[in-house]
Amino acid sequence: MPESLAGFLSIPVLLFLIFALGAVSTAVSCVLTPNPVRSALFLVLNLFCVAILYLLLNAYFLAVVQVIVYAGAIMVLFLFVIMLLNLGSPERIPDQMKWQQPVAVGAGILLAAMLTVTIASSVPSFAPATSLPQTARRTTLDAREPGASQTMDNSAILDDIARRPETMGTPYGIGKNLYNPDKPWLFPFEMVSFLLLVAVIGSVSLAGRQTSEEKA
Amino acid sequence: MPNFRDPSLSVMEPNVLSNSLLNSYIPVLVMGVAAIALAAALIGLNGILGPSRPNPQKLSPYECGVTPIGSARERFPIKFYLIAMLFIVFDIETVFMYPWAVTYIHSGGMMIFNLIEMLLFVGILFVGYYYVWKRGAFEWE
Repeated sequence: MPESLAGFLSIPVLLFLIFALGAVSTAVSCVLTPNPVRSALFLVLNLFCVAILYLLLNAYFLAVVQVIVYAGAIMVLFLFVIMLLNLGSPERIPDQMKWQQPVAVGAGILLAAMLTVTIASSVPSFAPATSLPQTARRTTLDAREPGASQTMDNSAILDDIARRPETMGTPYGIGKNLYNPDKPWLFPFEMVSFLLLVAVIGSVSLAGRQTSEEKA
Repeated sequence: MPNFRDPSLSVMEPNVLSNSLLNSYIPVLVMGVAAIALAAALIGLNGILGPSRPNPQKLSPYECGVTPIGSARERFPIKFYLIAMLFIVFDIETVFMYPWAVTYIHSGGMMIFNLIEMLLFVGILFVGYYYVWKRGAFEWE
């Protein structure tokens, strides 16, 4: 049916298909490349593609954080670790865990089966994407008259940003939900600081830098 | 300021609502496509137009005009790893501060509470900062 196909292939769906294909192909290249530095650079491309998938899911802040933290900081760490371990050429790394290969195949089959069951049970029918938004986007702001927005004050709009699923992923929406004592995410946020504290102290003590007193 | 309207909120008007936030990322997409196209064009045109007459001197790696000695694939000091690790940790701290900063001006009666919760977060991380400072991890020698 050409009409339903044209309705299905809207621009966000087309972008999703392009970048999902990009994410899968760069992930496969990342695993298959023998050169570890090239593998890390394919992972950067993969993280960029996943960032765009986050954008398409209305997770705007997460998409930017994905690029800054993962494609930026964590990839720098990966490259430093590769240089630290001096993984120059692949033949220098003997495979000492032959048993991993059959186990990996089994785990992969299990994962594929679980994904298939989960997706098959969560998608009731393969409906065209155009039929979804009209029902999903019905919230308070849509229900108002088109001219009514002039009389709305800022706080009502701001409350709506934090509540609506398509704007919840903006920095404002995340901040309004994360730092709200009425929501359950304030305590986990404070606990993240302890996690980061452990990471700081752990990395410094593992790297073995000495204090100036110890050196003297 | 009762009638103040944040210009960034104008995308929230109902008539342009449905895909407007995503549409505002189209310039980013155009920028990315332009960057890839420019890089591909420059490298591709170099390959097509540039003459290729290699000799051993030209093909050797450039190392500030000095003849290269040994392999470039040497083990790097662990200092680099340490700096990258500390960068990640404080990068993530900044990531959490950003949505807090955006919402703080609109927190109304919760301003003191929101300030204290962020001070708690930064304060716990400051313990780590102090520890790193005292261990001399910021020193490069």
